[in-house]
Amino acid sequence: MAEAASPKKKIEEVPEKLHVWPYLVRLEFLCALVVIIALAVWSIVIDAPLEEAANPTKTPNPSKAPWYFLGLQDILVYFDPWFAGVVAPVLIIVGLMLIPYLDVNPKGNGYYTYHERKVAIWVYCFGFLVLWIALIIMGVFLRGPGWNLFMPWQYWDPHKVVALVNVDLPYAFGFRDYTWSAIFGGGVLLAYFGIGTGAYFFMERKALKSVGFLRMFLKIQLALIMIGIVIKIVLRIGFNIKYIMVTPWISV
Amino acid sequence: MANKSPQIPNIAELMDKIKSGKIFSEIAKEITESQLWTSSFRHGYADTPRNRVLQIASNVWLHLHPVKMHRHALRIKFTWCMGGITFLLFLSTVVTGVILMFYYRPVGEYAYYDMKYLQYDVPFGMLMRNMHRWAAHAMVITVWLHMFRVFLTGSYKPPRELNWVIGVFLVTFTLLLSFTGYLLPWDQLAMWAVTVGTNMARATPFLGNEGPFAEFVGVTPRYDARALLIGGSLVGPPALLRFYVLHCIFIPLIAGALMIVHFWRIRKDGGISGPL
Repeated sequence: MAEAASPKKKIEEVPEKLHVWPYLVRLEFLCALVVIIALAVWSIVIDAPLEEAANPTKTPNPSKAPWYFLGLQDILVYFDPWFAGVVAPVLIIVGLMLIPYLDVNPKGNGYYTYHERKVAIWVYCFGFLVLWIALIIMGVFLRGPGWNLFMPWQYWDPHKVVALVNVDLPYAFGFRDYTWSAIFGGGVLLAYFGIGTGAYFFMERKALKSVGFLRMFLKIQLALIMIGIVIKIVLRIGFNIKYIMVTPWISV
Repeated sequence: MANKSPQIPNIAELMDKIKSGKIFSEIAKEITESQLWTSSFRHGYADTPRNRVLQIASNVWLHLHPVKMHRHALRIKFTWCMGGITFLLFLSTVVTGVILMFYYRPVGEYAYYDMKYLQYDVPFGMLMRNMHRWAAHAMVITVWLHMFRVFLTGSYKPPRELNWVIGVFLVTFTLLLSFTGYLLPWDQLAMWAVTVGTNMARATPFLGNEGPFAEFVGVTPRYDARALLIGGSLVGPPALLRFYVLHCIFIPLIAGALMIVHFWRIRKDGGISGPL
């Protein structure tokens, strides 16, 4: 008991604030040394790739974006380019920037805690680790010719045949007319966002006064879009649904 | 003259000196009291609180630090060191990038052959290119981890909201720096990765020729958001030049300016975050 207590006492004797010189500067120096040595050794051992000269007439299959964009390229399977390639990245950037203004929980400022901000941690970890990192890993290692899925032990067969059996959601519900399909699809989207927003506001009605309408509104819209991406992925993989709403101008 | 015959070192005594660490202070004394040393350095560094403050406050490179900090902020368990490593990797790419610029010409006819020249003829050319590329890739990873750490510690909360926003800009510019650099080797990997990436721009609503509502704006494959980015309707020599200028001048300048603000705001917002 006495032995266990003594080192703790010693730590408390050290002042709470320390001089940056030498305590931080020497740590930075050591850290820099380690990183530079690691980088130099890595660079001596492994060469950067250089393929044959650029040839606009010879498209490789698969054509992949740089690895850090492969999460977005993978979403292209489930969404049209205007969403996966333009709107989604913009939403990610804007959504990230909005985080400090939407998260008004005063707890957990400057220390690790899970219990004081469970929802925030879950949302960020899901977005970052699953929707970003896991999709990148999948894009790098499992996407082969024709952007088809290949397990690591499978041969990347460029002639792999995948049946295109996807249908649009209105079609699956029996709508054959273009106008009614568009109205039905639009209605589903509106209902998803409307009911989602309404349910959130009802559940959090006590917080409305302290958090504010605009904050809560933006928060739930971003959350619904993020959940919507997951729903769309599940619908495609599980039920072969291509679009929710189809119009001549824009399809979701 | 005192007869100082060379002494046979006493092994036991020597081991004792090494074990106790005394040998280091003895060597240090020998050096700092030598004529060469005393003629070069007029006085020593006295480790006083005043001098510790002055080391930071009167040094242009160190003064972005606060002079004092909370003890918890030193812990690698808390910071993961990722912000600092990201900056260090950025500096590495600047140094190696400048060296690469001496040998590389962003012209369709030359670019690929300059890469071969760097690889086979330039002394340490391949090492410079390897370090540049691997540091760039590593920087993407470390900046994500830095952001993850900052989120997990809630460090974006007041009063550090704006610094988080600047940080999101910096993450974006890190990716753009890496993406624009990806084209420069002008090989198959570069050309098609950038083709896939920039193809997205033509799906921009209103502004891309294949995007929604494009027919109401009247954009064409040769006159839309993508054409603005790559200087034509496909990734060719104009795209190479544009990406080179963006990669070497425009984005580093903006990212550098934002980095200065980012580091300055850390100090102004009361050092790195910690339990209140």
